[in-house]
Amino acid sequence: MRLTDRLPPRRIRVRDMRRDSLVAGIRAGIPFAIAAGVLAVSFGVLAEPVLGTEATLVMSAFVFAGSAQFGSLAVLGGGGGVAAAVIAAVLLNARYLPMGIALAPSLRGGWLRRAGYGETMIDASWAMANRGGGRFDPDFLVGATLPSYPAWVGGTLIGVLAGDLIGDPADLGLDALFPAFFLALLVGGELRSDRLAALVAVLGGAIALALTSVTPAGVPVIAASGAALLGLRRRRTAPEAVHPEIEEDPVG
Amino acid sequence: MGEEWVLVAWLIVTTAAIRGAGPVALGGRELPARAMGVIGLLAPALLAALVVTQTFGGEGSELTVDERALGVAGAGAVLALRGGILLTMAVAMVLTAGARALLA
Repeated sequence: MRLTDRLPPRRIRVRDMRRDSLVAGIRAGIPFAIAAGVLAVSFGVLAEPVLGTEATLVMSAFVFAGSAQFGSLAVLGGGGGVAAAVIAAVLLNARYLPMGIALAPSLRGGWLRRAGYGETMIDASWAMANRGGGRFDPDFLVGATLPSYPAWVGGTLIGVLAGDLIGDPADLGLDALFPAFFLALLVGGELRSDRLAALVAVLGGAIALALTSVTPAGVPVIAASGAALLGLRRRRTAPEAVHPEIEEDPVG
Repeated sequence: MGEEWVLVAWLIVTTAAIRGAGPVALGGRELPARAMGVIGLLAPALLAALVVTQTFGGEGSELTVDERALGVAGAGAVLALRGGILLTMAVAMVLTAGARALLA
């Protein structure tokens, strides 16, 4: 009996690897889910007087995009009208376009399945599923998003129901949670080892800072993605890009 | 239909379309090495921009320096000392809330 006969079939091994990725993603997603849940409470508190209970909950359950929800709420609550609120949300969501393009080469399967992976993108899970060299781990991405969904919807429900008890979310410093979290992802990610990534981060931050007061909300973040064009100069130093990993996923 | 439901419907449709667009249009395709080099750097660019806009973004489009900046600076200090992610967020929240309470 040859050694290879005793190993489980390749398909099962790959399935195990994918489940491991999913579980690792769920673990990694829990800190963000806690922050998202707390922020969702503040969304519920702020949205209920403007949208009412049902529309607020339906929005959190089916839109599931924090910055777009907060942004459109601010526009509508400020008397800007529905069209302006939708435009604000689209601008704030537009960063998912380059993020989805980045994710795309790592996805397998039919268009419906690929779209499904795209729908699970949130900032944190996308950033944490980044494996460098333009590669992503799609199952890790799904796992890292999973804890945030019940946290987001449940937090919204608490905010809607307990708004009077909570008062102004800003008094609790909740609005500092997300920038602190993104900073932690940024610093804990590839910055420590990669000088070009650090340069890109500084440039991206500078672009966003320069545009914040002169463009509608959402535009600065999309424009900042232009800083990544510095990567055009890095052909020789991106080993993953030059030697693509061996394809292990038989599903597609 | 009230305007809140019009808004919710539009947000559901546009958000799903934007999230799905990249994977549907380009899924599974091998991109040139240069493109992968750019894609690999999107994360630091977008994350830095999110830190900046969520720290200094105000109502509508204006630059605001308020207590959040102190909280995020504290978060940076925790990260520099290699503190964990939950501690980082807790420090940001406490510093921001504390500064607001003192200045109120």
